[in-house]
Amino acid sequence: MSTAIAIVVLRDLWSSVILSGIFSLISAGLFVVMDAVDVAFTEAAVGAGVSTVLMLGTLALTDTSEKRSDRFQVLPLLVVLLTGAALIYSTLDMPHYGDPYAPIHLGEPANTYIYKSSNEIGVPNIVTSVLASYRGYDTLGETVVIFTAGIGVLLLLRRSCEMDQEGKTCVNEESHS
Amino acid sequence: MKRHYIVRVISKLLIPCIFLFALYVQFHGDYGPGGGFQAGVIFASGIVLYTLVVGLDRAQQAFHPRIIEILVAIGVLIYGSVGIWCLASGGKFLDYNALADDPVRHPQHGQHLGILLVELGVGITVAAAVVSIFFAFVNRGRS
Repeated sequence: MSTAIAIVVLRDLWSSVILSGIFSLISAGLFVVMDAVDVAFTEAAVGAGVSTVLMLGTLALTDTSEKRSDRFQVLPLLVVLLTGAALIYSTLDMPHYGDPYAPIHLGEPANTYIYKSSNEIGVPNIVTSVLASYRGYDTLGETVVIFTAGIGVLLLLRRSCEMDQEGKTCVNEESHS
Repeated sequence: MKRHYIVRVISKLLIPCIFLFALYVQFHGDYGPGGGFQAGVIFASGIVLYTLVVGLDRAQQAFHPRIIEILVAIGVLIYGSVGIWCLASGGKFLDYNALADDPVRHPQHGQHLGILLVELGVGITVAAAVVSIFFAFVNRGRS
């Protein structure tokens, strides 16, 4: 929580990026406490590791201090406050953490996956069996999303480099070596 | 990074462990936490650390950007072709039961094989995509 406030308050983007990495690591710890080890794994690797490095890479390309704006804008503040209030209001309806009578523990999906997975799939980690087998289509879509994201970033960054090359400002790796 | 001896030595010790851990997470995902996505990111972060220590030129000699870009597509292809393989063996798309030698009595064998291959595809795509995005950023920074 305090890291989140610090990220908002700090003007130095460099420290903000490092703090957001720390924030991700702390949330990964929270996920471990809540027994969601797979999610914690992803959060630690992606949030604290790779995205911090990528943001640092972006900072190396741009400026490291935030632009100060003089105008105080009311509308964005209002939108943020309303959304936050709505989110907090909606948590009041949620069952308590660890409540054995929560709908998710009584309903169809939990019983189907937990009781049938060991027979049907034979894989001890239910998360993997749901992810790769029961929800195989979704994971295929997810993989295609990552593929598309990678290709998109490559196209964007490459293309602008080639356009620069006509202006002789961008040094290509072939001409470099 | 030529002078930072501590960083270089520690990274040299760490990088093989990171790669090994990534492979463990990849192929042990059936039994413990982890899977293709996490393993891919861990593998990629190992390559990122290597690039930070030895510099972009030497890293791109070891991990050629062209090959890595092809690997991004190969991961998705592996995933898709497992689905087609299931179709060819008489099941539905991505219905791994059809991959088993004896689908009626031991469908789990097919499930094991299918999940292993599919996770491998996810891992390859994620690792290659993250590394190629990182290379693209760093390349742009040098110009």
